[in-house]
Amino acid sequence: MLYAAVAVRSFRRFSTYRTATLAGVFTNSVFGVIYSYAYLALWHQRPDAGGYDATDAVTYVWLGQALLMTIALWGGGTTDDLAERIRTGDVAIDLYRPVGLIGWYLAGDLGRAVYHVLARGVLPTILGLVLFDIALPASPLAGAWFVVSLALAVVTSFAIRFLVACTAFWLLDQSGMRMLSGVLAIFLSGMTLPLVIFPEPLRSIALALPWASYLQTPADIWLGHRHGAGILAGLALQVLWAAVLMAVCRAVLAAATRKVVVQGG
Amino acid sequence: MAEVTAAVRGACQEYVWIAAMWVRSALAYPWSFWILVVGSALITLLDFVGLGLMFHTIPHLGGFGLREVALLYGASGIGIGVADLVIGSVEQVGLHVRTGTLDAMLTRPVPLLVQVCADRFAVRRLGRISQALVVFAYGAGSVDWTLAKVGLALVMVVSACLIFFSFFVAFSCIQFWTVDSTEFANAFTYGGNTMTQYPMTIFPREVLKGLTFLIPVAFVNWYPCLFLLGRPDPFGLPGWFAFVSPVVAGLTLTVAGLAWTSGVRHYTSTGS
Repeated sequence: MLYAAVAVRSFRRFSTYRTATLAGVFTNSVFGVIYSYAYLALWHQRPDAGGYDATDAVTYVWLGQALLMTIALWGGGTTDDLAERIRTGDVAIDLYRPVGLIGWYLAGDLGRAVYHVLARGVLPTILGLVLFDIALPASPLAGAWFVVSLALAVVTSFAIRFLVACTAFWLLDQSGMRMLSGVLAIFLSGMTLPLVIFPEPLRSIALALPWASYLQTPADIWLGHRHGAGILAGLALQVLWAAVLMAVCRAVLAAATRKVVVQGG
Repeated sequence: MAEVTAAVRGACQEYVWIAAMWVRSALAYPWSFWILVVGSALITLLDFVGLGLMFHTIPHLGGFGLREVALLYGASGIGIGVADLVIGSVEQVGLHVRTGTLDAMLTRPVPLLVQVCADRFAVRRLGRISQALVVFAYGAGSVDWTLAKVGLALVMVVSACLIFFSFFVAFSCIQFWTVDSTEFANAFTYGGNTMTQYPMTIFPREVLKGLTFLIPVAFVNWYPCLFLLGRPDPFGLPGWFAFVSPVVAGLTLTVAGLAWTSGVRHYTSTGS
């Protein structure tokens, strides 16, 4: 099981920076507190905005802070390594490995995501519970579906970050595209504001885009705003986007390896 | 005195040289450079759109209308924007310690703080400042301007820059002790900025007290803006708080200076 081995080593690699993890948890929690009060002020005036109640809104805030790193909202993860290797030309070595390049980096990124769920996700959630009495998953089943949904979110996010990294084949440096992609992800994932309180038609558009997969869909399953067929419909859209984007990744990589001369000749 | 002025002028000159070098280096990847400029303007634009969307749902937040919140948002945004442009790279001091580049900097005849701050100078951060200026101008419509208020607004913006300046430096100094704690400082710099984007009335009284007396970020915009808007303090704190932002800025600068010198004194190279 080569990919499992890659994932395990990636998990270990990200777990080396302990103080960084603690500092990150602290910062996420500070932002969790700020946004909680902002949302409480909003839901105090409109107790049913977006079909959420105040508890749902605050839970949504803390879920967002807990998942920020797991879904690599700002970019980052193993795709940053790839982009750097494209810039330096080292990607040539990745390309003649007897293993698929996409699978290699995806396995690494999943290992990273598991680490980030445990290290950056659990503590903020507990803090949210203590400080703001956030809601737990509506049922054990909802909890299980939440995990599935989160896994799909990571794959979707990986595919988008992979495509961004691949722009380095043509632009040499990914940082501009990485930032643009981060901007879109932050706004359209519902991290700035839950997508459910966006005004129509922005709301429907945002909910149909792949970024809804990052936070809004998993959060709605956690909160019990999706159940039964609603969960399946949400997951189906996530699977669809993940599959489409992974296919695009394959096509782009094929195009890049055919057309582009790697730096260094 | 003349020596001090000469030293400061020299430091500024050196800062500009290093910054210009980094601008040239960023232009080596022109596509990325321009996309970064656009992206950075977009990121702040969408941030304010998010706030606007909140007001789509409700008429006022914590008793403040959109224009009043825009005034708070803009003032805080200009403050952190300028501080981030000029001095934001100080966040990376832990990276310099870890990789050993700080040793090289220590041997150069340019003040260490100047080198660290000018490192990776990024013009794209102008994007945030221009957005904040636009939002501030929009918010200014909610103020009955008098000469005194214009003066106070200027004092407020300068103090805001200086307070965020000190936050960047002071909290980055922690990295002299624990190298990989960059994100810790973000809670106070960007966190402070995010807090002051909202009217303080959304927070409980204890939080406001903490933000006034402990981490004095409320002086960045809250107290001066209350005066500009002609509002009595909703928490019943004294009205003259509106005018002490420069004093607070002086205090935070002193603390930051002390933190920096003790951090540098504490520094031991990773190679030794």
